[in-house]
Amino acid sequence: MDAILEMKGITKRFPGVVALKDVNLAVRPGEIHAICGENGAGKSTLMKVLSGVYPHGTYEGDVHFEGREQRFDSIRDSEELGIAIIHQELALVPLMSIAENIFLGNELTRTGVIDDEATHRRTVELLKKVGLSESPEELITNLGVGKQQLVEIAKALAKKCKLLILDEPTASLNENDSQALLDLLLEFKSQGMTMIMISHKLNEISRIADSVTVLRDGATVTTMDCGDSPINEDEIIRHMVGREMADRYPHREPQIGETVFEVRDWTVFHEQHADRKFIKGVNFHVRQGEILGIAGLMGSGRTELAMSLFGRSYGRHISGQVLLRGQEVDVSTVEKAVNHGIAYVTEDRKGYGLVLENEIKHNVSLANLPGVSRLGVINEGREYSVAKDYQRKINIRCPDVFQHVGNLSGGNQQKVVLSKWLFAGPEVLILDEPTRGIDVGAKYEIYCLMAELAREGKCIILISSEMPELLGMVDRLYVMNEGVFVAEMDVAEASQEKIMRAIVKAGKD
Amino acid sequence: MNSIVEAMAPAAERVSASGFIKKNLREYGMLLSLVVIMAFFEYMTDGTLMQPLNLTNLLLQNSYIVIMALGMLLVIVAGHIDLSVGSVAGFIGGLAAVLMVEYQWHYLPATAACLMAGAVIGAVQGYFIAFHRIPAFIVTLGGMLVFRGLALWLLHGQSIGPFPREFQLLSSGFIPDPFGGEGLRVTSLLLGILVACGFFYMSLKERANKLQYGAAAEPLGFLIGKNVAFAAAIIYLCYLLASYKGMPNVMVIMFALMLFYDFITNRTTIGRRIYALGGNEKAARLSGIKTDRLSFYTFVNMGVLAALAGLVFAARLNTATPKAGVGFELDVIAACFIGGASATGGVGKVMGAVIGAFVMGVMNNGMSILGIGIDWQQVIKGVVLVAAVFVDVYNKNK
Repeated sequence: MDAILEMKGITKRFPGVVALKDVNLAVRPGEIHAICGENGAGKSTLMKVLSGVYPHGTYEGDVHFEGREQRFDSIRDSEELGIAIIHQELALVPLMSIAENIFLGNELTRTGVIDDEATHRRTVELLKKVGLSESPEELITNLGVGKQQLVEIAKALAKKCKLLILDEPTASLNENDSQALLDLLLEFKSQGMTMIMISHKLNEISRIADSVTVLRDGATVTTMDCGDSPINEDEIIRHMVGREMADRYPHREPQIGETVFEVRDWTVFHEQHADRKFIKGVNFHVRQGEILGIAGLMGSGRTELAMSLFGRSYGRHISGQVLLRGQEVDVSTVEKAVNHGIAYVTEDRKGYGLVLENEIKHNVSLANLPGVSRLGVINEGREYSVAKDYQRKINIRCPDVFQHVGNLSGGNQQKVVLSKWLFAGPEVLILDEPTRGIDVGAKYEIYCLMAELAREGKCIILISSEMPELLGMVDRLYVMNEGVFVAEMDVAEASQEKIMRAIVKAGKD
Repeated sequence: MNSIVEAMAPAAERVSASGFIKKNLREYGMLLSLVVIMAFFEYMTDGTLMQPLNLTNLLLQNSYIVIMALGMLLVIVAGHIDLSVGSVAGFIGGLAAVLMVEYQWHYLPATAACLMAGAVIGAVQGYFIAFHRIPAFIVTLGGMLVFRGLALWLLHGQSIGPFPREFQLLSSGFIPDPFGGEGLRVTSLLLGILVACGFFYMSLKERANKLQYGAAAEPLGFLIGKNVAFAAAIIYLCYLLASYKGMPNVMVIMFALMLFYDFITNRTTIGRRIYALGGNEKAARLSGIKTDRLSFYTFVNMGVLAALAGLVFAARLNTATPKAGVGFELDVIAACFIGGASATGGVGKVMGAVIGAFVMGVMNNGMSILGIGIDWQQVIKGVVLVAAVFVDVYNKNK
C-alpha cells in the first residue's frame, strides 16, 4: 500500500543545534502510527514541520502528502489538505462555548454573519461522533480535561481532516478517560482515518498502534511494523535510550552520612482541578552528602512535588510530614522553608527564578537580603562583594555584577539563580532541571558545583529528564510516574532501560 | 580628599567620562529635559517663570502632586495603579475642614486623624488588591467614585473654611528667619547652601565607598562637574526664593519626603523587595518575599501620602471644597510615567517621578503665563506624556 504521508530526509536546524537530522517517516493510509522517543528527541519538531508551523524553506527535505510534494507555508495550508494537529497543551478558549471553539477561525457564516443555527446543528453532529453529550452552548471552562480533549478532536473533525496528529493525547487524562479516548481512536481507524500519535506510554502504543517509529536525538532510529505480533516493548525502550555515554560528568567519591531530610506521605491536589490528586502519598529521604535523583517524564509531578515542599508554592490541600534531622519542621511558607535551610532552584529560570530587569547583584541577594543588610538598610558594599564572590567562584561570565540578568546567556542566568540560593545557605538543595537549555561547558561547571556541594555535606535533590545526567551524577534515584514514586534504585544497579521500564510498566497497571 | 579618592581607584576600573555619560544618558535625560523645558519657558515668558514670586507659586502648586507621586511611584513599581488618590485627597481635605472648622478640633490631632484616615482608606483598597487579587485598576476606580461621593456628602456639597491660622501655615507659611534679613531671607539661602554641600559630600563618599569595594565608579572629573552644576542650581533656586519670602514650609516637607523615599527605594530591603515584586512576582514569592503583604503596604503608604496631599491642598486654598483634587490622579500618574516608570512594574525611580511632576508643573505654569487656553494646554500635556514614554521605550528597545 502506498503511503499517504511521506517525510524524506527532514533536517531542521536551530541556531546552535540540529533538532532533526535526516528524519524519514512513512505513514500508510488508515493506520495508527505511533512516534516515540525521549523528551527532546525531536518528535514535536517533526510534527511542526509537517503541519507547517515551520514553513517550507526553513528545513531541508521533502514532505509528500497523498502522492504530491507539499510546501506548506503555514498551518492553514496543511489544514486545507486535511492535516489536523492536536497539541499537548490544549488550545481552547476557556470562556467561549463548545460550538464557538469548534468553529473558531473557521466560523460558519451567511453573508458575513455567524449562522448560529448551522453552527449548532454541526456541533451536535460532531459531538456525537466523539461521544460527548454536552450542550454546544456549554463553556469550555466547565468541562474536565478529558472532555476538552474530545472537543479538540471534534474541532479537528470539523476541518474534514484526513490525517489526525495527536501529541501525547492521554498525558493529562485519568485512566478511564484515556481508555475512552483510545477506543474512540480505534473507531476512527475503522472508519478509515489515518492517525499519528506521539506517546510515551508503551501500553497504549501496543494496544492501538499499527506501526511505531522511534526517534532519538533528532534522528530516526527505526520503524517497526506491528502486524499481528505484539510489539516488543523492551526493544522500543532500548531504541529510545540507546546512546553512548561519554565521560561528561566529574568524578566524585560520595561520603554519605545520616538521613537529613525526610518526607512522609506527601499528598497534593491539583491547583486548578481541586478534586484531582496530583502527588499521591510520596515518601522519600536524602542523606548528608548525597545526590538524590528523581527521574520521570514531564508531567509526572516532579516539579509539583518540589514546589509543594518549598513553602506550598504549588497545589492545594497539601498533607504530609517534612522532617529535618528527625524533627518535624513547618515549611508552609517559602520564608519558613528557606529558614530551615531548604532551597529550590526552579526549572523555569526566567519565569520563576530571576527578576530579569534587575542587576545580577540584586538577584543574588534577593533570597537572603538580611544577609547584606542591617536594620533593613542594605550595605551596598557587602552586597557587591557577595555577588562578586559568586561571580568568581562559579564563573558567571559578565563584565560586572551591575549588569542586568536579562542580557546574560542561559547558562550564566542559571548560575545567577544558583548563586542566589547558595547565598541563602541551604542544607537541602533541590535542583529542578538545572541544566535545561544550557550549553555543554556550562553544564559541566554546574555538575562540578553539585559535586563540590555534596562533598561539603549538603543534600542535593536533582530532578532531571535527562537520564544520562541522572546516571552520571546521582548516588541513588527514585522514579516518579503520575504522582507516585514507582521505583527506587541505587545508581550502581540503575540503567536507562530500567528507569524507562519502571515508567512504562507503571503506566500499564 | 581628592587624592585619597584617586589613589583608591584601580586603574583598570576607571571609566571615561564620555562613556559614562552615554551609559547613563537615560538617567540624566529626564533632568536634562526638565532644564530644557524650564529654559524654553524662561525665554518665552521673558523671564517671568523664574521670578521669585512665580517660582514660589510653582513650588506651592506642585507640592501636593509631588507628594502623591512619591507614593504612586511605589504603587506603580509594585505593578499596580491607584486611580483614587485625587478623590481621597479631596475627601481628606473635607474631613480636615469638618474636624477643625465644625468641631473646632486643635489642628494637631485633626491632622493626625486625617493621616490615619488616609492609612485606613489605603488599607481597605490594598486589602482587596493584595489579598483578594482584584485588579488595582478596578478597586481604585471604585474608590475614586466612593471617596468623591463621600467628600460631597461630608461637605454637604458646600465649601467649608477658613482653617485655623496655624494649619494654613502648612502651605502658606515660610520658614522663620531669625536673622531678620529684609531683602534676603538669609536662613533659606544658608539652608540651600548646606543642602548643596551635603549632596556634594554624599556623592563623593558614595564614590569612595564604591571604589573601596572595587566597583566601577563615575569618573571623578565628571562627578565634580555634575555636582558643581547641581549645587549651583540648588543655591541659585534658593537664592531666588530667599529674595522673596524664603522657603515655603511645604517645600521643606516635600524635600524631606523626597530624600526619605529615595533612600527607601535605593537602600533598604523593603525597597528592593518592591522592585522584585514588580519585576517578577513569581520569582519574588519563590525567594521568600511576602508579596501580598508588600502590595498591601504600598497602598497603605499611598493612602497616607494622598491624605497629606489633601491637607496641603486644603491649607493652600484655606477652604475645603467638594471639587478639590479632581483630576489629580492623572497628573500624579503622568508624573511617574514621564519620570521613567514602567507600566508593567519593576522599573521607576523616585527622583524620576519628582522630575516628571515638575515637568508637568512647569509646563502648566509656563503655558498659563503665556496665556495658552486650557484647551491647548491639555492637548500639549497629553502629547508630551505619550512622547516621553515613547522615547523611553524606543531607546530601551534599541
